[in-house]
Amino acid sequence: MILQYLDFERPIVDLENRLDQLKRLDDGTDKGVKEEIGKLERKIGKIRKEVFSNLTRWQITQLARHPNRPYMLDYIGHCFRNFLEIHGDRAFRDDPPVVCGFAELEGQRVLLIGQQKGRNTNEKIHRNFGMANPEGYRKALRVMKMAEKFRLPVITFIDTPGAFPGIGAEERGQSEAIARNLLEMAHLKTPIVVAVIGEGGSGGALALGVGDEILMMEHAVYSVISPEGCASILWRDTAKAEVAAEMMKITAPDLKKFGVIDRIVPEPLGGAHRDHKAAADALKAALVETLFPLVSMPLPQLLDRRYRKFREMGAIKRKAGGA
Amino acid sequence: MAIRLFRKKDESDKKIKIPEGMWIKCDACLEIIYKPEVERNLNVCPKCVYHFRIPATERIRAVTDEGTFAEFADDMESVDVLNFVDTKKYVDRLKEAKKKTGRKEAVIVGKGKINGIDIVLSVLDFEFQGGSMGSVVGEKVAMAAETALESHLPLVVFSASGGARMQEGTLSLMQMAKTGAALARLSDARLPYISVLTDPTTGGVAASFAMLGDVIISEPGALVGFAGPRVIEQTIKQKLPEGFQRAEFLLEHGMVDMIVERSRLKATLTQILRYLSGHGDR
Ligand SMILES: [Zn+2]
Repeated sequence: MILQYLDFERPIVDLENRLDQLKRLDDGTDKGVKEEIGKLERKIGKIRKEVFSNLTRWQITQLARHPNRPYMLDYIGHCFRNFLEIHGDRAFRDDPPVVCGFAELEGQRVLLIGQQKGRNTNEKIHRNFGMANPEGYRKALRVMKMAEKFRLPVITFIDTPGAFPGIGAEERGQSEAIARNLLEMAHLKTPIVVAVIGEGGSGGALALGVGDEILMMEHAVYSVISPEGCASILWRDTAKAEVAAEMMKITAPDLKKFGVIDRIVPEPLGGAHRDHKAAADALKAALVETLFPLVSMPLPQLLDRRYRKFREMGAIKRKAGGA
Repeated sequence: MAIRLFRKKDESDKKIKIPEGMWIKCDACLEIIYKPEVERNLNVCPKCVYHFRIPATERIRAVTDEGTFAEFADDMESVDVLNFVDTKKYVDRLKEAKKKTGRKEAVIVGKGKINGIDIVLSVLDFEFQGGSMGSVVGEKVAMAAETALESHLPLVVFSASGGARMQEGTLSLMQMAKTGAALARLSDARLPYISVLTDPTTGGVAASFAMLGDVIISEPGALVGFAGPRVIEQTIKQKLPEGFQRAEFLLEHGMVDMIVERSRLKATLTQILRYLSGHGDR
């Protein structure tokens, strides 16, 4: 994987490169080099902390879209065993931006459903840049129904700029496909844990996002429209994306506050893309902690809890004094 | 004469009210038509059957039996949770919409009768912030579904919306899940839900309750779709064919059950409601 850097990562990366040079020089004889290495390491730690504790929402959006960020299949490799992919919606075609399959999480059989982006150009085209067509959502629904049938819990991974806006997608009912999943997930008779791992783009993300526990990686975003889309509609200027990201408050801490998500999964310092394994370990721990209690929860309680979770989301003012 | 089912010009999208004066120009056929005649005709052009957009109150008058409609939750108002400011403050946009429509939000919900059949009715109002769905719209549509469930009545929803309301951020996205969940319960109780799509029904409203009817009816020429035509054109870098995402296109592709002209809408709803009634679990 070719490492790529965002603008605000630059100062850290420059120092890291210098550190690498010094480390190559260090043969254990030069005390000066040793001292310099120590100094640089402390400096890097300090700068990294500074940068990452003051990230703007736009910078977080860039991290969520980082080309080196772990994708669904990377997490699967680290967190689960015996993954077996299954394909197709049984109606039109297999949609590669949506990946489904059998797997085991610490011995618990689970069905995985999620969105996958591509790493290189060929992969990106194959995965349609993570933008699903209706058949992708219908494949997901078919697999959810199978999970219900065999009483297998579902884990979904959200990572998409949005549902694909194309002629074919509209012809085959993109809105119906998304809407259907919202309804069916709301009363699916098996536990569902949702993990927002990168970009949670609009209805195309939510179509896999109804569940009992909603986890979100620390530097993921989840929004009603992309900052660029919002900027182009409200400001008529895509350059205002940065302001739009600030206005819409789309980060994990924001959404935790609004009750949209339940838990923030911490990423390694510097972001999940700097250490896939550490990010996956954190996600795995959160999945184990949230999924296992749900598996043993009586079904009526589980469904009632899920209903109330989404039923209570929103901000409303009533004359009668209620909220 | 050729029937034009949709507007000739995109810019007329901004104009949803029939202009003042006794004579008006039809947005579709561009003929000069006599306003009182259009109004008597349920705001449908007598020359070309173009269906003008109508406010929610007029819609309710047109489909319910006189004096039967009783609104509930009319005191609900939006909250500016994000302190949202774009080129205007969200609170100011809300104030303007309230002044323009005389209503507190973009949807009206209540109980009423259609040819003697009791129903719960929810009607979106495109005049209020483009019928966009924020917390209040989501809450009231969910309440309508829950009221139908509790009262053991069918639900009828008229949609007219540009989608989710950006100024309420991710909370407005979540209203799609909220309304979907409420409709799941209605469906589990085997109570009928009829969705009527009117011009336009797009974005987060199309991708939630609007496309979930047991029966989906569309008015002629209504624009219905997930992504806006402009977004699609920018993405695929192609001009869209005439009639793309219109009701007739959706019927052809199997996405709606029928297209019904406004003059036949009440009679058709009555027939469907009679046919599907009496099946719900008590
Ligand atoms: Zn006309």
